[in-house]
Amino acid sequence: MYTIIDKIQLTEGIFKMIIKAPHIAKSWKPGQFVVLMVNEIGERIPLTIVDGNTYEETITLIFQVVGKTTALLASKNVGEQIYSIMGPLGKPSEIKRYGKVALIGGGVGAAEILPQARALKQVGNYVISIVGARSSSKLILVEELKSFCDEVHVCTDDGSYGFKGFVSDALSNLIEEGYRIDYVYAVGPVPMMKAVSKVTFKHKIKTVVSANPIMIDGTGMCGVCRVIVGGEIKFACIDGPDFDAHLLDFDTLESRLKTYIKHERKAFEDFMRCQCHG
Amino acid sequence: MGNEEKSLREMPQLLPIEERISTFKEVNLGFTEEQVKKEASRCLQCPKAYCMAGCPANVKIPKFINAIRQGNYKRAIEIICETNSLPAVTGRVCQVEMQCEKACILGRKGIPVSIGLLERFVADIALKRGWKRFACDAFNGKRVAVVGSGPAGLTVAGDLIKLGYEVTVFEALHKPGGVLVYGIPEFRLPKNVVEKEIKTLEDSGVKICTNFCVGKSITLKEIFEEGYDAVFLGIGAGAPVVLDVPGVNLGGIYTANEFLVRTVLMKAYLFPKYDTPIDFGKKVIVIGGGNTAVDSARVAVRMGVEEVKIAYRRSVEDMPARREEILRANEEGVKILQLVNPVRFIGDENNHVIKVELVKNQLTYIDETGRSVPVPIEGSNFYVEGDMVILAIGQKANRVFTQTVPQLKLDKEGYIIVDYEAKTSLERVWAGGDIIRGSATVIQAIGDGKRAAASINKTLMSNNI
Ligand SMILES: Cc1cc2nc3c(=O)[nH]c(=O)nc-3n(C[C@H](O)[C@H](O)[C@H](O)COP(=O)(O)OP(=O)(O)OC[C@H]3O[C@@H](n4cnc5c(N)ncnc54)[C@H](O)[C@@H]3O)c2cc1C
Ligand SMILES: Cc1cc2nc3c(=O)[nH]c(=O)nc-3n(C[C@H](O)[C@H](O)[C@H](O)COP(=O)(O)OP(=O)(O)OC[C@H]3O[C@@H](n4cnc5c(N)ncnc54)[C@H](O)[C@@H]3O)c2cc1C
Ligand code: SF4
Ligand code: SF4
Ligand code: FES
Repeated sequence: MYTIIDKIQLTEGIFKMIIKAPHIAKSWKPGQFVVLMVNEIGERIPLTIVDGNTYEETITLIFQVVGKTTALLASKNVGEQIYSIMGPLGKPSEIKRYGKVALIGGGVGAAEILPQARALKQVGNYVISIVGARSSSKLILVEELKSFCDEVHVCTDDGSYGFKGFVSDALSNLIEEGYRIDYVYAVGPVPMMKAVSKVTFKHKIKTVVSANPIMIDGTGMCGVCRVIVGGEIKFACIDGPDFDAHLLDFDTLESRLKTYIKHERKAFEDFMRCQCHG
Repeated sequence: MGNEEKSLREMPQLLPIEERISTFKEVNLGFTEEQVKKEASRCLQCPKAYCMAGCPANVKIPKFINAIRQGNYKRAIEIICETNSLPAVTGRVCQVEMQCEKACILGRKGIPVSIGLLERFVADIALKRGWKRFACDAFNGKRVAVVGSGPAGLTVAGDLIKLGYEVTVFEALHKPGGVLVYGIPEFRLPKNVVEKEIKTLEDSGVKICTNFCVGKSITLKEIFEEGYDAVFLGIGAGAPVVLDVPGVNLGGIYTANEFLVRTVLMKAYLFPKYDTPIDFGKKVIVIGGGNTAVDSARVAVRMGVEEVKIAYRRSVEDMPARREEILRANEEGVKILQLVNPVRFIGDENNHVIKVELVKNQLTYIDETGRSVPVPIEGSNFYVEGDMVILAIGQKANRVFTQTVPQLKLDKEGYIIVDYEAKTSLERVWAGGDIIRGSATVIQAIGDGKRAAASINKTLMSNNI
């Protein structure tokens, strides 16, 4: 069993949880994720490993409440157990010395670039991060990112903090201002990753995104996480989740993510109405 | 008993069709004790038992049937378990018409002995009465790690725990059993049967670690570093083949693995009590002809859809699924379109599949498997409406483990290469089941497990390790 050691609400709807999972704490690498089930009748959902502590034998997950399972997870308190956590899954990100790198995180994606920032800085890159949120109150982890990054650029859709606009626009501006960027890593909603990819394609900058299709097993067995990369079918859980943004078919990824939208909405509404199980 | 009567095979009780199509209850209810006695008496007790040669695990069929005749079910189950560790499972899912029953001498003359159902009967009694099938030797000081908890892995665990080994099974999923829990549906193999089989192993001392994906959660190297003396890989084939035709990524198109994992393992049919959703259409088309295809079709029937069609590229006679299940599927209203290939999937404005373009095939020359090769007839294309498509066109080798051990020798399709003792190219690593031969059968996986366990024992007990 996997005990919740700590739980912190970062902003409205975004939580950080520290969970006991000794073997994952020991072996995880940036870019990898876990698949978890909150309880025995729950759904299996993937979440990125944001941090791990070998000594405490814990891992850190940061998640946004978007539906039933994430809401159920958020309702769990310190000392309670998570039914199943499996990982670390997926291929670790390619961490090497690129030169000047830009890490882009939209919304909860800011959490997912945290381990990238730490690792890329460690091998000697100049690390810029660009994070965005709808408004200043929704921003997360800016201080943490500042401690690993050489520069942190903040964007808000409503201009309540930092640059007013999308992260992709901020990136585009930086490049146009003459920033030479050698590598871009982006995590967030599909439209955001797609927009970033468009910007960097124009400027021929190597760009990797963390694809976020629906997943079940996370071991290459079910095929639900299939994405199209350079015209070929790949399974994000074992071939990814990192893929070359300029080869990934974002439109198919986006339309496949909508498969269960009706059910998800129903489950979420039911759950919010009566927190009946869990 | 007259000769005529004697030649008549007993028929098992079946759940009424109306009840079947609205529940996931087991369809084949098996034999009554009365029927078992009658059926066992039909066996000729052949001195040269062809039936045994037909069983991939070489179950001592005439011997166990003889024990049944004497009313000694305990003895019968012991005889079966000498070579088959999961008889309550195999008695339900073995492709008997291709295996033991095909080889039975009575089969050549007409109607074979119902070996599978006899096996199931004694296995169920053993489980019900909680008979201990074996005693375990004292700990012999050696530790073995088994990767994967499908029939191959469970067999190795059972055989080695008996011999005094300490055995740990690592399973990636949250429940042990492999395809037995995430593939084969409840109505064919009740999950409590599998659970009981696994419980028997745990009671004997086998440790099962779920949520452990070997290669990821723990590496092969780390397993040896933790002091295990040998490793058995029973990781299954388990990677779905995705058809390479236009439209295959539309909404509403599932691989059979996804469909079965959602329904069988995650119980999507109980949504929203269980959280995993599945979007059932009105008209379901299943592509394929194996057990996976027929199982998917029958799950769909039970979800109350309007119609379910199976589209298979060869003829019905060539379908690799169990005969019995094809029959049952027919009874339950599944239609089979034979000799067709999908060419294209067509979607609506929301990118959801609405119909499939198929092309008719004609049978041509006979290939090495003894079946006619289907070739598309040009211009014979036609459309079938369907808002849910399930692809059950086969499995590939799963790479989640093998991609982490580049030294391990694989064939060109990614299956692990083993010798006749199930040894891989790595020292102290054995493998068996679907990961060495592609999707096969439960009893072949069990047979591999037996062979591997014997070889592991021989190797670890010889002085040089
Ligand atoms: C490799 C990987 C890593 C991830 N890491 C994180 C993470 O660190 N933090 C985090 O908050 N989320 C992460 N996600 C997304 C997370 O898995 C989903 O938000 C979660 O599955 C939603 O479950 P739910 O039952 O709460 O919502 P659901 O009811 O399943 O979905 C609600 C809404 O979210 C959308 N959605 C469903 N699945 C995903 C998905 N995989 N990605 C994006 N949107 C989705 C649906 O379209 C729907 O609109 C990751 C996804 C992947 C594939
Ligand atoms: C729908 C369906 C119906 C079938 N019907 C029949 C039938 O009627 N009769 C019949 O004889 N056969 C049938 N089969 C085939 C049969 O189920 C398989 O041949 C058999 O289960 C193979 O057993 P196995 O032990 O090799 O692997 P599997 O049963 O595939 O089990 C492998 C296990 O290993 C786990 N695993 C994989 N990688 C790792 C890892 N890295 N670390 C830890 N664990 C891992 C998997 O999660 C899985 O649980 C059917 C198959 C399917 C899919
Ligand atoms: S071949 Fe048939 S009749 Fe002969 S021993 Fe085997 S089961 Fe009995
Ligand atoms: S294990 Fe399968 S093939 Fe062997 S005797 Fe039993 S039912 Fe027949
Ligand atoms: S999540 Fe099932 S294959 Fe990737």
